[in-house]
Amino acid sequence: MREVAVVGVGLTEFGEKWNTSFRNLFVEAGAHALEDAGMGGDEIDEIFVGNMSAGRFVLQEHVGALIADYAGLASNHIPVTRVEAACASGGLAFRQAYTAVASGLSDIVVAAGVEKMNDVDGSETTDALAGAADREWEGLAGATFPGLYSLIAVDYIHKYGLTREQLGMVSVKNHRNGAKNPIAQFQKEITLDTVLNSTLVADPLRLMDCSPVTDGAAAVILCPLDRAKEFTDTPVKILGVGQATDTISLHDRRDISTLDATTAAANVAFRQAKVERKDIGMVEVHDCFTIAELCAIEDLGFAKKGTAGKLTEEGWTALDGGLPINPSGGLKACGHPVGATGIKQVCEITTQLRGEAGARQVDADIGMTHNVGGTGATVVCNILGRA
Amino acid sequence: MVGIITYGAYLPRYRIKTEEIARVWGANGADISRGLGVFEKSVPDLDEDTITISVEAARAALARRDLDPAEIGAIYVGSESHPYAVKPTSVTVGEAIGATPVMTAADLEFACKAGTAGVQAGMGLVKSGMVKYALAIGSDTAQGAPGDALEYTASAGGGAILVGEEDPIAEINHTLSFSSDTPDFWRREGQEYPSHGGRFSGEPGYFKHVVGASKMMLEAMGTRPSDYDYAIFHQPNAKFPRNASKSLGFSAEQINPGLMVPYLGNTYSGAVPVGLSAVLDVAKPGERIFVTSYGSGAGSDSFDITVTDVIDSDIFDRSAAPTVADLLADKKYLDYALYAKHKGKIVMPE
Repeated sequence: MREVAVVGVGLTEFGEKWNTSFRNLFVEAGAHALEDAGMGGDEIDEIFVGNMSAGRFVLQEHVGALIADYAGLASNHIPVTRVEAACASGGLAFRQAYTAVASGLSDIVVAAGVEKMNDVDGSETTDALAGAADREWEGLAGATFPGLYSLIAVDYIHKYGLTREQLGMVSVKNHRNGAKNPIAQFQKEITLDTVLNSTLVADPLRLMDCSPVTDGAAAVILCPLDRAKEFTDTPVKILGVGQATDTISLHDRRDISTLDATTAAANVAFRQAKVERKDIGMVEVHDCFTIAELCAIEDLGFAKKGTAGKLTEEGWTALDGGLPINPSGGLKACGHPVGATGIKQVCEITTQLRGEAGARQVDADIGMTHNVGGTGATVVCNILGRA
Repeated sequence: MVGIITYGAYLPRYRIKTEEIARVWGANGADISRGLGVFEKSVPDLDEDTITISVEAARAALARRDLDPAEIGAIYVGSESHPYAVKPTSVTVGEAIGATPVMTAADLEFACKAGTAGVQAGMGLVKSGMVKYALAIGSDTAQGAPGDALEYTASAGGGAILVGEEDPIAEINHTLSFSSDTPDFWRREGQEYPSHGGRFSGEPGYFKHVVGASKMMLEAMGTRPSDYDYAIFHQPNAKFPRNASKSLGFSAEQINPGLMVPYLGNTYSGAVPVGLSAVLDVAKPGERIFVTSYGSGAGSDSFDITVTDVIDSDIFDRSAAPTVADLLADKKYLDYALYAKHKGKIVMPE
C-alpha cells in the first residue's frame, strides 16, 4: 500500500444555485481543484464521484460518463465511477479514490461529490432523501429523515437528559462558524432564541435543527505521497480511512441513539493512522440534524455518551474550544448537498491543515472527517494530517 | 402628459384568518402568519367573481369623476381568474359602465401583473390619439389548492385605473418592463389550481424581475429611492415586497401606505392596482409614487408617477367612492366551512 496525499481541493459556493446546472456544478468544483493543484485535466488517471440521487433530483443517471464528458475528458477515455451510499456518497468516493491510489492502480485520482437538490419541490426532495432509509420498513410507513432523527433525539433526551437549549446551541455554534466561511449557504450568525422559536418540524427538532436543501459540488485530487510536492508545497497526508455499515433500519439497531457504524469506521481509521483520540485537533462531523452532531462527538470516542450537549454548552466544540467541531459551519450552516458533503469535509480539513482557513482557522496538526449515510447505516471516517 | 384620470378599488367583504386555515390543516397558524406577514385574506361572496369585482372597481373610479363613459375607447381587464375561458370579462364591464359599443376590449393574462400591462397598453392608445380614455383593470378571485401554501394568501379584489391625457390626477412620467421566460408559477388549461416552483418563485422569479425593473426605472429617471414619497411593489406576501424594497433602498414608511397584503392577502392582478388606489386615497399634489408589479412567468412593469393638483380640485372627488381603508375595515369573518362553500370547494352530488 502506497501512502496517499491530498494535493488539490475545489468547491462551488453552496446554496440555491438556480443559474447553475448539475453538470456545471461538478465542472466548477473540478476546475477549482485542478487550479489548486496546478495541474491540467490530462493528468487525471481516474475519477470517483459521489452522488446520491441525480436520477430523482435532475432525472439524470449515468453520471460518471456525463461528468467525464463535461469535464472535457471524453477523448481521454479514463475510468469514471459514480458511487452511492446516500449522504455518505462523497465519503465513499473519497475512499474509492484513496484505494485506487494506495493500491498503485492509478496515480492521479479525483474524488468528487455533487448534488443539485433544488430543481424539484420540497416534498419530492424529502421523499428522495427518504430512500436513504429502509423504504419497505421505514419509508412506506411514513418515516422521513426529520422523523427518524427526531426518534434518535427523543431517545437521547430520555436517556441522558439533554436540554432543548443544549441542542439549539449546536446550531448556533455552526452558524457562527458558517458566518466565517465564504462558500457557506448561510453566512450569518443566529441566536438561541431563533432556533427555539423556529418552526417545529418533527418534535423536538425545529427548522433550525435541520440542515438545508443545497446545491453544490466539491472535488479533491489525490496522488501518491512521494509525488505530492510536484503539485503543492503543502500536501496533506491521508493517515487513516475507515468505512463501516450497520442495519439500514433505525429500529433494528442495538441502541437507536448510538451510531455503532460511526464507532466502527472511526476505529478502523484510528488503527490505520496510529494516532489517539487526543491527537485530533478538529473534526468535521455529519450534523444533518443537531442531535446527529452530539451523537457523532460521542460515538467517535471524543466524549462519554450523554455528555456532548454539556460540552457544547461549555464551548468545548467552538472554534477556540478544546475540540473544534465543524469549523466549516457543518451541514447546518455550510449546507448539505448530500453527495458532495463527504468531499467538502475533506476540503475543509485540508484547507485548515494548510493554514488557509482565514477567520475560521483552527490551530491543529491532525483533523478528522465523519460522513454518514441514512441514520447511520453507512459511515466513512478519515484522518488527515500535515505531510 | 398621459396620466391617471381616475381610479377605484373593490374588495369583497368576507375574510378568513390565516390561523383558521392553518387549524384545518394541522399547521401552526402563528408561525405561518409571521413567516408570510399575512394575518387574514379576503374571500369573495358566493356570487362574486372577477367580472363583478371589475365592475365594482370601475364604478368606483367613475363615481369620483364626471365624465362620459362612452368616451372610454378601450377596456383591458387583467386577471388569471376570468370566469370564462372564452367570453371576455372586459365587454361585460364595458356594458355595465356604459362604455359600449364604440370601444375596443380584451382580457389580459400575465399572472399577477396583467393589470399593469393593461395600463401600459392603455397609455399607448391614449398617447397615439386612438382613444380618449382607456380603462385598465386588474382583478382576481385567486385560487390556491386546499392545503397548499398558496391557500393562505390567495384572495379576491381588484382595482381600476382610467388612463387619459386631459387633466390627470397623476401624471405617469415613465413606464418600462423587465420580462423573461421563467416558469415559477403556472396553471394549464383545465387545471383547477395553479402549480408553483416553491422557493424558485423567490430569487429567480420575484426578486430578479422586481429588482431588475426597479433598478432600470431608477436609472432611466436618474432618481434615487428617497426621491419618492410612496413605493408600491407586488405583494404575494409581506416578506417579498419588504425585502425587495429594502434591497433597493426604500423605507418602510414609503411602502406601508401601499402594502395591503397583511390584512387582504394576495389579490394577484388586483394587488398593485389596489395598492396604488390606497396610495392615491391619501396622496397630496406633487407627491411622487414608485410602482413595480410582478407577474409570474415572469415579468415586472415599473411606473414613475407624480400626483397633480387635480386630485384636490373641484373636478375630482376622492370621497365619492370608498377608500381602500374603508373597504378593508368593512369585514365579516368566515370559518373554514363557509370559506369552502364561498370558494366552491364543496362539491354537491349531481
